[in-house]
Amino acid sequence: MWGACLVTLLSKRLLFVTGKGGVGKSTVAAALGTLAARSGMRTIVAEVAGRNDVPHALGHPHDAALPEETEAELGPGLFWMSIDPQHALSEYLHDQLRVGALADVLGQSRAFGYLAAAAPGLQELLTVGKLWELAQVQRRTPGGRPYDLVVVDAPATGHGLAYLTAPRTFAEIARTGPIARQARTIHATLTDARQTGVVVVATPHELPVTEALLLDREVRRQMGLELERTVMNSLVPARFSARDANRLREVLATAATSDGAPPDLRHRLAPGQAAIRAALSQASQARDQRRQVDRLRRGLGHAPTPLPFLYSAAVGPEEVGVLADRLERAL
Amino acid sequence: MSLGARLEGKRVCICAGSGGVGKTTTSAALAMGLAARGRKVAVVTIDPARRLANSLGLAELGNEPRQIEPERFESLGVEMHGELWAMMLDPKRTFDDLVAGLAPDEESRREVLANRIYQQLSSAVAGSQEFSAVVKLYELERSGEFDMLVLDTPPSRNALDFLEAPTRLTNFLEGRALRMFLAPTGLASRVVGRGTGVVFSLVRRLTGVDLLQDLSVFFRVLGGVLDGFRQRAVAVDALLHERSTAFLIVTSPEAEPVEEAIYFRSQLRRTRMPFAALVVNRVHPAELLEVDPEDARRELASGVGDALARRAAANLTDFQVLAERDRESVARLVAELDHPDPVLVPHLDVDVHDTYGLVQVAHHLFAASAPAA
Repeated sequence: MWGACLVTLLSKRLLFVTGKGGVGKSTVAAALGTLAARSGMRTIVAEVAGRNDVPHALGHPHDAALPEETEAELGPGLFWMSIDPQHALSEYLHDQLRVGALADVLGQSRAFGYLAAAAPGLQELLTVGKLWELAQVQRRTPGGRPYDLVVVDAPATGHGLAYLTAPRTFAEIARTGPIARQARTIHATLTDARQTGVVVVATPHELPVTEALLLDREVRRQMGLELERTVMNSLVPARFSARDANRLREVLATAATSDGAPPDLRHRLAPGQAAIRAALSQASQARDQRRQVDRLRRGLGHAPTPLPFLYSAAVGPEEVGVLADRLERAL
Repeated sequence: MSLGARLEGKRVCICAGSGGVGKTTTSAALAMGLAARGRKVAVVTIDPARRLANSLGLAELGNEPRQIEPERFESLGVEMHGELWAMMLDPKRTFDDLVAGLAPDEESRREVLANRIYQQLSSAVAGSQEFSAVVKLYELERSGEFDMLVLDTPPSRNALDFLEAPTRLTNFLEGRALRMFLAPTGLASRVVGRGTGVVFSLVRRLTGVDLLQDLSVFFRVLGGVLDGFRQRAVAVDALLHERSTAFLIVTSPEAEPVEEAIYFRSQLRRTRMPFAALVVNRVHPAELLEVDPEDARRELASGVGDALARRAAANLTDFQVLAERDRESVARLVAELDHPDPVLVPHLDVDVHDTYGLVQVAHHLFAASAPAA
């Protein structure tokens, strides 16, 4: 049975996953998508800004060509797309002008190309517009079937916010006309907590936590939304107590004095010393991480959802599956 | 070759890489190390979370470089033979200053800065941050006040955002077609031809007339600064190609940053920008792979007891997985970047976010180089 939190989370139509660069946004987005798809929801994970991380996380080899379909099914009920603003623009023109020939005239016009590049925030607006379109019960894409959930693997903090606020920015610039009207409609969807949720991912380190707290404040200030969830990713387990660490340190010190050279300077490590070094490193990492978890919890006023650090060489389908299980239990 | 040697004779060092790989830390530690070795260095960062300021122990930094007191480092055993300066880039300020400086008179300056399209352009548009960063770099370089500039590139998910920023803005600002298009009479109608009428009316159907009017006002007021702006963008792009400029690619051993680093290197090649070195952060030591966890367990059992020895051995096994991944990542980078000796910074037990951490990282960055004379 799902927890209330997960039910609420997956009842949205649009979930934006953001956070500092490198914290595992794509992995968390893929895990959320997997979780939703498993329960029978028709789900799409959408990437923006030219990224293609999700297919790799779901097992698509790095050196293989990416799926050619724009909305590619990577697993049962789990779709993926990387949004290309140029393509979104052409789609938009066809949708708006109805007459394909007219849309092509405009799309291929150099002057229009300059205009599209010149209008501030248009690229972001087109991207968000496409996300909005994916989330519509009545798709505007000819032949497009509706999704139950759109998970957005959004850019890092600052750029992520720029996408969320692009429709409003653009509506303010254009003021009147169809585009301004549409931008306002999209903005209304993005600021409606029943339809849109923002999930912030952090890792237990100084800067990712700082940025998560910043996002918490800014999403509220600029969008009027409360963060739907904050996920603390890459938590290492507490494997060694302070007492364990002290005992290991003593053994290391004895070994160092017994043969004269400090272990760092020796060419080869003795197996025991290698194990102690790894253990002490793990222990100090776990201790630092607990401090950051506390900091995030205090700053947010509630506990973030924990996800474990995985001691594995790469994030693949198996790892994403493990994280989806963990999310299912933790939420 | 050491990092110090690779940056010999360079005046600008641009640190690039995907988010979360330790770019800001690497930039700051590199600048500090170079300053310690006698150069007058300024490190420039876009820093929404004030990470540079924090790691230097400062409450904040402004849009102009300020010197970091050498005492901060001397108390940690680092002797400053040169000077370390740091600044936090304010992209909007930089952009405004540039436009203000290029405006022919006070009135056009005011008009540009007050234009709504301009205001969005200078703050909200992807690429304007990147452009501001290189503009600032260019200005500092031209000032001749520093021997070395280190730029921490803005956090973006796509490395190309940075390399293409000047070109993209030049293309946009040149916008001849756009200007012609916005005045669909006279020269425009003759040059662009019949298409314009149709295009113009189609656009109006989509945008309404307001946006077009604002854009035409924008281009009129910007007209006065346009040429200067374009020249600046060209000069900035030239600076990125200079022989005295060096790109430093920063990565961590995880799969995605590694792919990004390889891609970035190929883009540097394509755009003929000078690559100098690769820094791989947070590498788990390869020596861990030379031991057998089972031997470790046996060796430790008598000293710390069976249970703890078993846990330590199991943990070592996990670390070996990471050490093996890191070794493979480094090998892949060496092959793909055709760069035989990357600088490896070990996975440090501390989360680097203070001056002490910077000193440690700098120590690793410059490990192979001779100490300052």
